[in-house]
Amino acid sequence: MCDTCGCSQPNEAVTFRKPGSNEHTHLHHHHDHEHSHGHEGHSHSHSESRTLEVEQDVLSKNNLLAERNRGYFKAKNMLVLNLVSSPGSGKTTLLEKTIQALKEEMPIAIIEGDQQTMQDADRIHAAGAPVLQVNTGNGCHLDATMIERALDELKPKNDSVLFIENVGNLVCPALFDLGEAAKVVIISTTEGDDKPLKYPTMFSASDICIINKTDLSPYVNFDIEKCKSYALKVNPKLQFFEVSATTGDGMDSWYHWLKEQT
Amino acid sequence: MSLAVNIVDIAVQTAEKNQAKKINSISVEVGALAGVVRDALEFCFSEAVKNTIAEDASLEYFHIPAKAMCESCGHQFETDERAAPCPKCSNMVFQLSGGTEFRVKNINVD
Repeated sequence: MCDTCGCSQPNEAVTFRKPGSNEHTHLHHHHDHEHSHGHEGHSHSHSESRTLEVEQDVLSKNNLLAERNRGYFKAKNMLVLNLVSSPGSGKTTLLEKTIQALKEEMPIAIIEGDQQTMQDADRIHAAGAPVLQVNTGNGCHLDATMIERALDELKPKNDSVLFIENVGNLVCPALFDLGEAAKVVIISTTEGDDKPLKYPTMFSASDICIINKTDLSPYVNFDIEKCKSYALKVNPKLQFFEVSATTGDGMDSWYHWLKEQT
Repeated sequence: MSLAVNIVDIAVQTAEKNQAKKINSISVEVGALAGVVRDALEFCFSEAVKNTIAEDASLEYFHIPAKAMCESCGHQFETDERAAPCPKCSNMVFQLSGGTEFRVKNINVD
């Protein structure tokens, strides 16, 4: 959980929009419990307090819904990847290039997550893939409920690859399963190469790590091999791609891997 | 905040299923590696319980450390960090088990 933002806005603040559409829909949160009632009436009998065992995972609601999403993806034979990173690592550019390169070979769909604006969804739309923008308001991560709602609107095709571009945040998205097949963590050479040690939760939760902006390596102090060794310490199973989404360098390996998964 | 709301929802649903009228305390087990910040959770909890039957409930917080085994010397120990120095040989240990629990253990009700 992010310890500064609180994520406390009501779910009505989350909106779902397609590029070019003036309409948007809201997420409505249904409270399952009733509020307490006053004036119970004076009772002389004293009931003992008792302990009720619960043993329920706090994120069980999200986890259950994530599994349901997983079932939906399996039924439609979809590969779903959850892209996570700090803001500014190049997630959207990576997706634009991926769409341009592969859209003739496989159906691609995108769910975009940001606090505000349609900026990212508009870029994806221009690149030529169906996309839905989720704006979380004050929220700092996407959750399984938002994905379920987005799928209702997006209606992705069978056999498609769905990329979920999560809200730029290297902390909270690690806790919220969306039903994806894998998390892809993206780090760019303009960040610190020790990030995997500073944000180990996200690097352990991911299967793939893309190091982006390799074209800027000569101008920054980022040590790619050091970064990879830190990441492997936290997660020995991580698979790496070193790319520059803007120049295209290294992107073929990423495309090849994607094609192999489908 | 969403985590605190989830805790309160789980507690209230359990209480109502058991015809309880008031929740006195909610016990949560939180693993060291669960990604939960205790202070933030306690603060958000105090907000999340308002206007519910858990309004006066206390949050009983049980911390669960992760278990580590040093790959270099075999020493087993408990830790709260994802990357911990071995108390015996000082090598860094990254392979851990457990410590990721985050559950409502039980509630005390009237």
